Amino acid sequence: MPVTQTLRNGAWRVVELITTPVVPTDYLDVIAPLRNPNVLRARVEAVHRETANAVTLELRPGRGWQPHEAGQYVRLGVDVDGIRLWRSYSVSSAAGQRSGRISVTVNAVADGVVSSYLLANARRGMIVNLDLPAGDFVVPARRPAKSLFVTAGSGITPVMGILRSTLHELPDVVVVHSARTGEDVVFGAELRALAAAGKLTLIERHTGADGRLKPADLDELVPDLFERETWACGPGEMLDALADHWSEAGAAERLHVERFRPTVLVAGDGGSVTFERSGAEVEAPAGVSILDAGEAAGQLMPSGCRMGICFKCVLPMRQGIVRDMRDGQITSAVEGDNVLIQTCISAAAGPCHLDA
Amino acid sequence: MQRQENNPIAHLTAEDIEAIGRELDAIRDEVIAVRGERDAAYIRRVIKVQRSLEMGSRAVLLFSLFPPAWIVGTAGLSVAKILENMEIGHNILHGQYDFMRDPKIHSTTWEWDMATPANQWQHSHNEVHHKYTNVVGKDNDLGYGIMRVDENQRWHPFFLAQPLWNFINACFFEYGIAAYDLELGRNLKTKKRRRNPVFRANLKAVGRKIGKQALKDYVIHPALSGPSFLHTIAANFTANVIRNIWSHSVIMCGHFPNGVSTFERTSIKDETRGEWYLRQMLGSANISGSKLMHIMTGNLSHQIEHHLFPDLPASRYAEVAVKVRALFEKYDLPYVTGPFPKQVASAWAKVIRLSLPNRKPTPDADNSIPPRRPVAEPVTA
Ligand code: FES
Repeated sequence: MPVTQTLRNGAWRVVELITTPVVPTDYLDVIAPLRNPNVLRARVEAVHRETANAVTLELRPGRGWQPHEAGQYVRLGVDVDGIRLWRSYSVSSAAGQRSGRISVTVNAVADGVVSSYLLANARRGMIVNLDLPAGDFVVPARRPAKSLFVTAGSGITPVMGILRSTLHELPDVVVVHSARTGEDVVFGAELRALAAAGKLTLIERHTGADGRLKPADLDELVPDLFERETWACGPGEMLDALADHWSEAGAAERLHVERFRPTVLVAGDGGSVTFERSGAEVEAPAGVSILDAGEAAGQLMPSGCRMGICFKCVLPMRQGIVRDMRDGQITSAVEGDNVLIQTCISAAAGPCHLDA
Repeated sequence: MQRQENNPIAHLTAEDIEAIGRELDAIRDEVIAVRGERDAAYIRRVIKVQRSLEMGSRAVLLFSLFPPAWIVGTAGLSVAKILENMEIGHNILHGQYDFMRDPKIHSTTWEWDMATPANQWQHSHNEVHHKYTNVVGKDNDLGYGIMRVDENQRWHPFFLAQPLWNFINACFFEYGIAAYDLELGRNLKTKKRRRNPVFRANLKAVGRKIGKQALKDYVIHPALSGPSFLHTIAANFTANVIRNIWSHSVIMCGHFPNGVSTFERTSIKDETRGEWYLRQMLGSANISGSKLMHIMTGNLSHQIEHHLFPDLPASRYAEVAVKVRALFEKYDLPYVTGPFPKQVASAWAKVIRLSLPNRKPTPDADNSIPPRRPVAEPVTA
């Protein structure tokens, strides 16, 4: 209805003028944070403890959310000590829930700032920021006749999402899961119940007692290994080993992996700075600001005071790690973070990718 | 060159100045180390209070036909506008809360209830004024280019009227600031400058901003109040003037009162970090007062601390001030501060005094910064 549409747009423009220079949703945010379609947020509706180290957060996403596919992950933005930090978590609930809720299961990792914060502080009613679901760790619409899931630790999370959504459509499922002990198995009770009901074959491996799972062990545990469409999620080394094993067997295309921990960034001295738009790349030693290094390489850089007070030199860092040359503070970003950094007082502390 | 009757830093050596710089860096580091949750919660709370106050006041003004509603609404709106400009806008645009990584409260995205667009102000304020604080000829905040604020500036009959200019500027401060950010005087002078595409784009942005702000205060909200139309216009106009006079007064107190130094252009050549700090210390003045006073000035009552650490959250200035003041005492430097009425009067007295010609300051007073010797590498690039 174009007339009502035009009227509506016109009315909205008037409302925007009423609140200028901010937008009306900035006011609404105070009372209804989930209503803002431009800033996706979610409310924590419930918190369940899974193991000593893991909690499941039931989330109600606000306006702007698009339903996920089983096996995908979402990025959560959580304010830890006043700073918004983003982390990816696999969705562990079944896809297409009527209630519109989703759940993510957070495993506290060693020196994981966000995961330990959530473990200790996540409460009903808490508001978190959210990104749309992403990732291609999903089961295709044409369900495979035989499937295998190899997981370790919190790698079970996306797989649980897949099982909860599609198990009834998968005729022959084997799950090989390793955790330190029986108690550390996240969703242990649910998995064991499914196995007892004959819905899947569960092979638990307790690394505390039996040692780490090696790909060769799988040959024994799952005789028809390479006939199965396989999804694997767990620590990087395990996935690398599996990838080798599968490609040696000429079955690489049957293995789908999900890496859930991005590489940990450790601050060093200096690094290469890549300006992604212009394609320029420069070596920036410690003690040289990214602004100076970029300019020396002929990159067009915004700048002003060149002493850290005007904020005109700010550029988004897509990934990388920098050190504040005044006080030594470290700032790092992983893919998707786009942290804004002041290039005039930041020196590279490792490889950096700037959106410029 | 240090333009003061008695050079306040004659007793300092170049090493002293660098030591002051290091001590100030240490004070900054201490704040950075604890900056976090509390600061984020603070600015969010101020924003919430401000927005509620503004909405509430504007709702009351819908009935501004009734005198009590007019008074309450106008007072509330004035306070809301002051908070919005000072404690919120000014400080966020300084990047003080960028550390939160909240795109909604960030120096690159914030826009404020002012005639001048945020990014133009950031250029003339953050970059030019804060870098060149009180350097005559470089820092246009000194007299905003329309006033004589230094004994050494040549007198011209034009300046006789400067108390009047200053008063008009105070009432319509936001437009004065917009014109100032545009460098209107300079840019309108020649045809070439008038045609400069950057200037034209900026001019257009200001026009658009003023249009929107005016539409809001003088058309839409009055229209919403129906029979109270004219009363609401008057209320909004009053609130804008009150906000303007208030911020103008606070800002005058920052660099004009007696005891504040100004500097020669030549004095900042190859300036070290220590010398930059020292110039901020001597070129700024504080206002003493209650916590409420500090909040209503956006903590610019701690102008000295603000100029030393423009990017630290403003609500930290009070605690920083204790250490900064001790440093002033240690090095026997004048920490210019006083209650609001006294500082305002002092600044006005200067405006009036310098509207008249004066004898040239005695040329034989030794006003030089200690001879420069090479000192340790500056801390920042
Ligand atoms: S150039 Fe001014 S903060 Fe970087």
